[in-house]
Formats: sequence, structure tokens, C-alpha cells
Amino acid sequence: MATAAVAPPVERENYLNKHYGAWSWLLTTDHKRIALLYLVSITFFFFIGGLFALLIRLELLTPAGDLVQADTYNKLFTQHGMVMVFFFLIPSIPAVLGNFLVPLMIGAKDLAFPRINLLSWYIYITGGILMLHCMITGGVDTGWTFYTPFSTAFTNTKIVEAGLAIFVVGFSSILTGLNFIVTIHRMRAPGMTWSRLPLFIWAHYATSVIQILGTPVIAITSVLVVAERVLHLGIFDPKLGGDPLLFQHLFWFYSHPAVYIMILPSMGIMSEVIACYSRKRIFGYNFVALSSIAIAVFGFLVWAHHMFVAGISVYAALIFSILSYAVAVPSAVKVFNWTATLYKGSIHYDAPMLYAFGFLGLFTIGGLTGLFLAALGLDVHLTDTYFVIAHFHYIMVGGAVMGYLAGMHFWWPKISGRMYPEMWARLAALIVFIGFNLTFFPQFLLGYVGMPRRYYQYPPEFQVLNVLSTAGATVLGVGYLLPMIYFLWSMRYGKPAPDNPWNAAGLEWKTPSPPTTFNFEQEPVVTWEAYNYEELDAPQHKQEVPVVR
Amino acid sequence: MFDNFPLWPARASTMAGNVDALYIFLVIVSALMTGLIFVAIVYFAARYRKQEGVLAEQIDGSTPLELTWTIIPFFVFMVIFLWGAVVYFKEHTPPRDATEVYVVAKQWMWKLEHSEGQREINELHVPVGRDVKLIMTSQDVIHSFYVPAFRMKQDVLPGRYTMAWFRATKPGTYHLFCAEYCGTQHSGMIGDIVVMEPAQYEAWTSGSSTGPLSATGEKIFGELGCSTCHRADSQGRGPNLQNVFGKPVELADGRTVMADENYVRECILDPGSRRVKGFQPIMPTFQGLVSEEQVNALVAYVKSLSKAATPGTNTAEAASPSDAASGKAR
Amino acid sequence: MSDNSVAATSPAHHHHHHNPALLHHFATEQQQKDSADLGMWIFLATEVMFFGGLFCAYLIYRRAYYGDFAAASSSIDAALGGTNTAVLICSSLTVVLAIWAAQTARRGLLIVMLILTMLFGCAFLGIKGKEYKDKFVEHHVPGASFSFEHEPIPGHPGEYANPVHAEIFFALYFIMTGLHAIHMIIGLGLFTWLLWAAWKGRFTPEYHTPLEIGGLYWHFVDIVWIYLFPLLYLIDRH
Repeated sequence: MATAAVAPPVERENYLNKHYGAWSWLLTTDHKRIALLYLVSITFFFFIGGLFALLIRLELLTPAGDLVQADTYNKLFTQHGMVMVFFFLIPSIPAVLGNFLVPLMIGAKDLAFPRINLLSWYIYITGGILMLHCMITGGVDTGWTFYTPFSTAFTNTKIVEAGLAIFVVGFSSILTGLNFIVTIHRMRAPGMTWSRLPLFIWAHYATSVIQILGTPVIAITSVLVVAERVLHLGIFDPKLGGDPLLFQHLFWFYSHPAVYIMILPSMGIMSEVIACYSRKRIFGYNFVALSSIAIAVFGFLVWAHHMFVAGISVYAALIFSILSYAVAVPSAVKVFNWTATLYKGSIHYDAPMLYAFGFLGLFTIGGLTGLFLAALGLDVHLTDTYFVIAHFHYIMVGGAVMGYLAGMHFWWPKISGRMYPEMWARLAALIVFIGFNLTFFPQFLLGYVGMPRRYYQYPPEFQVLNVLSTAGATVLGVGYLLPMIYFLWSMRYGKPAPDNPWNAAGLEWKTPSPPTTFNFEQEPVVTWEAYNYEELDAPQHKQEVPVVR
Repeated sequence: MFDNFPLWPARASTMAGNVDALYIFLVIVSALMTGLIFVAIVYFAARYRKQEGVLAEQIDGSTPLELTWTIIPFFVFMVIFLWGAVVYFKEHTPPRDATEVYVVAKQWMWKLEHSEGQREINELHVPVGRDVKLIMTSQDVIHSFYVPAFRMKQDVLPGRYTMAWFRATKPGTYHLFCAEYCGTQHSGMIGDIVVMEPAQYEAWTSGSSTGPLSATGEKIFGELGCSTCHRADSQGRGPNLQNVFGKPVELADGRTVMADENYVRECILDPGSRRVKGFQPIMPTFQGLVSEEQVNALVAYVKSLSKAATPGTNTAEAASPSDAASGKAR
Repeated sequence: MSDNSVAATSPAHHHHHHNPALLHHFATEQQQKDSADLGMWIFLATEVMFFGGLFCAYLIYRRAYYGDFAAASSSIDAALGGTNTAVLICSSLTVVLAIWAAQTARRGLLIVMLILTMLFGCAFLGIKGKEYKDKFVEHHVPGASFSFEHEPIPGHPGEYANPVHAEIFFALYFIMTGLHAIHMIIGLGLFTWLLWAAWKGRFTPEYHTPLEIGGLYWHFVDIVWIYLFPLLYLIDRH
């Protein structure tokens, strides 16, 4: 880590220094700058959501409700969920890494609709401001799932504003998805056929399909909830002839596919990272690509597995259970393919790869526990308990966030033109892995033993497991703070990055670090397959000499 | 298990063992799968660690392998699905002749009424070895009746009945939790299920006073004037309610429905939508005029007018599949 | 096997004169047009899902409360609704003619067709306004002053609709037609811009993509109405 803090060398022009000034950022249409705008915003919301999580875990150190009041606690877990789901997890990888990399990876100068891309960010910010204002002026306490009739007729918290915030931010997601689909279809460089696309692109394509088809449903559902609340309608209220289960169906019709929006991009990153640090093509490329599409399709068919005890018919439950097992298969196939990629590879243990290893383990556990919940007879006992919380945190945090961190490390040199400190990064990966397991594994046990979720106070026999979980959360928090600190540090003091520090495959690595505004001097013509590590590592192709500045 | 480090709750019902068996099977399958992946990753990562001069071997894939690791997990998943489905069916098939307890959930307490008449708040006393069927509704928002020791959970909805059943096997006191977030005191909406030896339970029962729920229902039936139209001699302007419960009923709009608890409840609260064929649409609605407890009592009374319903009898007969249809909410 | 280099010539840097409307990140005008087309189709797919949730809720309640919905449906004016349907179909025709005018370089006709389209759109909104006003006067707007007592169920003499269920019909009626009307208004805004651009001579037979995608949007709004009309206005009518 002995990097002398020299004055930055006179830099060649790149997308970061081409224009200076706030307006050049706020009115940019460069997909790379928009990615950074998103990076700052989603990190901000991650902090907010994380702060709520910290308070929740502090409260749960003791069985009694003694840190905050019941109503406050209810707002804490609600807002933790809403902020993390809608303002961090859903946008994170697509809006940051997707925006930055999709055009680069396919050889395009920008996304198909750069101005819509910027609009997308502004919509996100508007939704974010609405949400912040809502939280500051009282918040909501319905749970992020805002079930009716509690949310429409009983609670007196700020449902209308939260509903509006979710409605607005949904359009950000829709427009990003729309942009990616058109870009991937229409703007691939000559020779970049579908079967030569990086799996990151396939993953984002599948994600975008879910975004455009699912998000409008949550939008209209929030409209109906707000309308019902304001006008005292009876669409979801049984006292007025409505059906509370209709709300649940509409809500979960989006919110289940939403979890695939959160995990698919991370899976895309896994393919890139594992291929690079094994120095070989991903095993079973076609199957991995197809699995992404299969997950997107099947993901729309399983929503009522959140409703097995809600009062649906036994026969409906059977159908949704069997479909839930079907959707598990492509995820398993991907894990097997990634593992098989390691066979006879040349494995490097750089930080992104450590995060990838962590992902493989944690996603496997999270996915397997999904099988528990899809089993009808067992779900009756486990649903609405901490088992579910542990399951989805394993996938969303152990999976999606680990993937996000892997990607941020992997592409940081490209994005910033700087190297991050490798040893600190490996340490952080280890801390995150340990902290994560300590936080969430006890929650599986808590769930089976019967602790319901959204509980502010609990019977004393659950305390030991809760204390372990809180201890883990503090470790996890440290693990997350470290990258934030050293990434910032690296922007000033990090070693200048070569164009392709990892000698990785992919068009994005053929641009300078950081790239110029228009990405490629000339439109690339692709004549090679994806993950051409054989050529990259062949003895006559040495590591590129860093471009002289 | 261990007092402070519990791994699973007490097993206190006939279903608990079934659920635990499936759980343990899944734990084993998961441990094996996790172990397999873990060992593979660690072994490959170590064995194929980068070495000077050694290149990775490019392997495109292997379709036979892909098919293998697609089809085998799929079969394992189908086994788990079937097992889970069988357990679920059992959980949703209350035995005939189960003792009925009416539950009304409200923010933030449980009100229970045995069909023999005892009323309880946040507590439910039951004897060991008796089938108990819960007929539940909510006064306000969605709640969920959860007894970990019985591995039993069912959401409790406003506007209709949902059912659950159990047979307790071990005396003791077990947690009752509300498992669907319902507002400020959601985590305070807890109680106890007190399972007693039959003799103790008899003693406890004889201590109560109000008389069977169906008798209360009969009283309300008279007070509200129901008996004016629903006469037992079939001369009234409404259908005779003798032997109606538990049997199919043909409605004026052509549909045939089962006369279950939800049907009776809807007849009281929204008669226009449930009019029986051959009768005029003249029944007034009692929405807002009766409490949930009164509706429960009326339902119990209508049930008592049918021969099949004799609450309190404990038989060892297997549950009838038709109960699944009659007792199940939409 | 392959050449790893990126250096290959491409059409993007030929210094030929191209349409000022070509945006810099596209390689060719065809690519730009194809992207715009695909983008609009995808956007319309999202709109289908958006309205879809409402249609789903509507169909479920209609099945559950058929008689009450039939009574409520017979209280909205099918003649006005039918007129609106004809108005929108005509407006879609004028849109098609506008695009044809652009394709055949008939600027005058293009402008006339655009104006006609917008007039039809305004007519639609005006008729809708009249319908809403009627509902307001009859106290059929859900809320505190809602009243639907003693309304007969069509085909069932002596039976009257349950006002609670009828209110659900009207809630969905206003939300669905209201959302549709908002889309109409947005469409009018779009067409105002298209009219201005046509006036400035921006559209040629080689380039009139905004007209095409604006037209797609307008047709979609029309199609939504064509579903709304029979579903809402024509329950159990003979």
C-alpha cells in the first residue's frame, strides 16, 4: 500500500475531465457520468437503509421494547425495506454498472436514448426526495408490503406520499429497462452477435424484460392504494365490498419478479468475474444465457408463493408451489456452471474473485432455503417468521450486494482510472463474509423456533440468537464502510490504472481507463468469441504496457 | 431443545412431527448440496490456483452434464414438492367432528369462544388428543394465528372466515403469536395455548357459565327476528334452515355453492348476493347491526340445526376429503 | 482464429452530409429509426401492463358482483360512449393519413390531418367531461355524496343493486377512464409538438420517425378505449 501521493500526472482527456462544473454533470447525457450520478445517489440511500437496519438490530438486542417506541420500530423496518428495495437494490447494478458498461461491452457510443437515461436519474431523484420527505415528516409503518386494509383504512401514517414515491421511482426502473433492451437489440457493434455477448449483457437483458413488464403493475397498485385511501373507495376493503387478497396478488405480481431484478444483474457480474479470474470461458455459456431468460419468464409465474397461508385455495397453492420449484432449477444450473468453470482454470484470488466465492456460497444457501419455503406444508410454519428474512437477505445481501461489490472492484479501474488497494479489499471481502453469516444464519434458527417477523419485542428464549445476529450486523457494517473509504481514497491516491489491469476479455477493456466520452475511437468490429482468454493468455500476448499519458 | 439456544419449538401436535420430518430432510439435502459446492469450490480453487507457465484449459461445456444437473435437481425438487403438498393437504383437512372454536382477532388481541360457550382472551384451553378446528375472522385488519409448537399458521381476514385445525399431543403452555403485521402492538398480540389433560380440561370447562354458543345463537336468531321468515315449518318467506348447513345450495343466479361458514356469514351480511333459488330478494342486510361474535353465534346455531354437526365429539376417524372443500376459504 | 484488434473502418466517420436529426451516438439513420420504433413498442408494452392491473381488478369484481355492475353500467351513457368510440377511430384514421402525407411530402395535408386529430382528441375529452359532469350531478361519484339507492338490476325485475358494490364499479370507471383521459391529454401535448415540427418543415419522406412513433402512441390510446367501452358501458345491454 506504499503509494506515494504524487501530484496527478497531466491527464489525457477522458469522460471525467472532459467538462468540469456541476451543470456538466447534471445535464450530461454520457451514460458513464449518469452511472456515477446513480452511484452517489444509491450509496446515499444504502446508508439510510443501513442506518435503519442498525437501529432495528440494536432494538432487538433485548427482548423488551426499550430502545424506541413500538410505532417508531414499525416505521424503522418499513422504511428499511422500502429504501433498500426501491432505492438501492432495484436500481443498483443496472443503473450503476449496467449504465456504465452496457454500451462499452457491445461496442456502442452510448445507450439508445441518452436523454431518457438522464431523465431516468431525475425521476429516481424525485422519487427519492418524496420518500425522504415522507420519512422525515412522519414516515410509514405498514411494512414495505403495505397490505390492505391496514394501509388503506387503518394506519394514519403517510401512505399517500410513500405510494407516490414508489409510483414515481418505478418509472426510473422502467425507462432504464427500456433503454437497455433497445440498446442491446439495435446498437451492437458489427460482429457482436447474440452468442458473442458477455453474459453480463444477457443478464441485464433478462432483468430489463422484468423491469418493463412488472413495474407498471406495482405502479397501478400504488395508485389504487392511494386512491382508496384518499377517496375511501372499496377496492381492497372488505367493509366496502372489496378484497384484501386482490391487493396481495397485484402487489406480489410485481414484487416477486422484482427479486429477480435484484439478483440477475449480480449473476451477470459473477460470470464476468469468474471467467476473468479463472482465465477461461464460462462453462456452458448457452445454458447460463438461457437460464437468465428462463428465470425472467418463470419469475412471473410464482407470485402467490408469498400467499400460501393468506387464504388462497389449496389448488392454487399447489400450482404456485410446483412453479416455484421450476424457477429454482435455472438458478441451480448457473451455480453448477460457475463452479465447473473453476475446473482446470488458472484461479487468481483477487478481491473481486473473493467476493465471487462468497456469492457462490451464500447464494447457494439462500437459494436452497427457498426450497424450504416453496414446500407447502413447511411454509405454513416458516412463512412470516425470521426464516423468510434470513432467506431473502442471503440472496439479496449475500447474493446481490456481494455481486455488486465484486463488480465495483472489478471495474473500478475502468470507471475511475485508479487501482483500489488490493489487500484492504481482500480484508473487506472477508469481513463482509464473516459479518454476513453471523448476522443472518442465526435468523434461520430463530425462524424455525417461531419468532415472527416485524416483532419489536419477543419472548426471552429468543435473545441469544438475536444478540448473535446484532453482533454480526456490526461486523457487516464495518465490512461495508471499508470499500467506501478506500474507493474514495483511491480517487486521489490510488495507482493510475492501465487500460486492462486484469488482462480481461471484453470490449470495455479495450478502451482507456477511464474511457473517453465517446468510448471508441472507431466503431469496433468483433471477430472473436466472448471470453477469449486463450488468446489473451497465449505467450506471445503479454500484458499490455500502460498507455503513456 | 437447549433453553437459551433453541433449535426448534416443542412438538405438541400431530402435525409437528410431519413438518419437522420434511424440515430435517430439507436440511440434509441442503447440507449435502452446500457441502458439495463448497468442497468443489475449495478443491478447484486450490488445485487450479494460478501457476507460472500453466494455462487454463478452455472447456466450452458439456451438454450431458448440463442435462444431468438439470434433471436430477428437478426430480429432487419434485419429491420435495410432493412431500410438502401432502403435509399441506393434511394441515388443511380438518377432521370431521372436530371441536369448534370461534376466533375473532382484533387490534391487538385474540378473542376466542368455544362452541360449549367458554370465552377467552389471548388464551385457548384445549384438552390433549382432541381435534380442534378454529373458525377465524378479523374485526379490522389482517392478522395471523400462529402456534409454533403446533407448526400451525393461518391468516385471519376481515370479511370472511378462514379455518385451521390441530390435535394437541402434549400438555403444556405454548406460544400463540400474531404473524401478520397489524399495527402498533403487532408484537404484543401474543397469547398462550394451554393444553391440559382431559380430566383437567373437564374441570376447567365446568367452571364456565354462558352455555353453548349455538344456544346464544338461537337467542340472537329470535331477537333479530330471523325466525319470522326462516321458519322450521317451511311456511316462511325465507328458506327453512334445518339441515341446510354442510350441503349444497342452489342460488337464484344459477350457481350451486356449499353452505359452509362463509356462506352463512355472507347470507347475514350481504343477502342479495346469496339469494337462494325460489325465494324473493327481501332479506335485509345485517351489516353493521351484528358484531363478529354475534355472527359466530348465529353460524354455530345454524350448524346445530344440521344432524351432522355435533361439536364436542372426539373420534379417531380419518378426516373426510370433502371437508377440505367445505371448510376452505376462497 | 480471430483478429483481436478494434481498428476497423466503419461508416460512422464518413464525412457525408446526413440529416441534422441524426444523433451522434447512432451509426446510421436507419439504426436511429429502428431504435425509436422498438423503444415505442416496448413503452406500449409497459402501458399494457399498467392498464392491465386495472382491467384485472375490474374483471374480478364484475364477475363477483355482476348484477350490481350491470345496473351501474346501464346508468352511464352508452350513446356518448359510442360517439367517443367513433371519434377516436376517426382520429386514428387522421393519424394514418398524416403519416401518409409525410411519406408523400404533402406538408399541407400533414398539417391539416394533425390538426384534425387534435380536434377529435379534444372532442373526446369534451364528451368525457360531459359524462363526468352527469355522474357528478347524479351523485354517482364515489365518496361522501355517493348515492345509488333503488336502482334496478337489468333483467331481474324487483331486484335492486347493492350500492356498496355499485360504488366499486364507479370507482373503477373513474380510475380507468380517468387514466385513459390523462393519456389522451399527454397525446395532445405530443401532437402539439408534432404539429409545430411539421409546421417548421422538419418532416420529410426520408425522416418522419417522430410522427410514426407519436402515431403508435395515439393508436394505443385508441385501442385502450376500444376495450374500455364495451367492458364498462355495455354490460348486459340488449
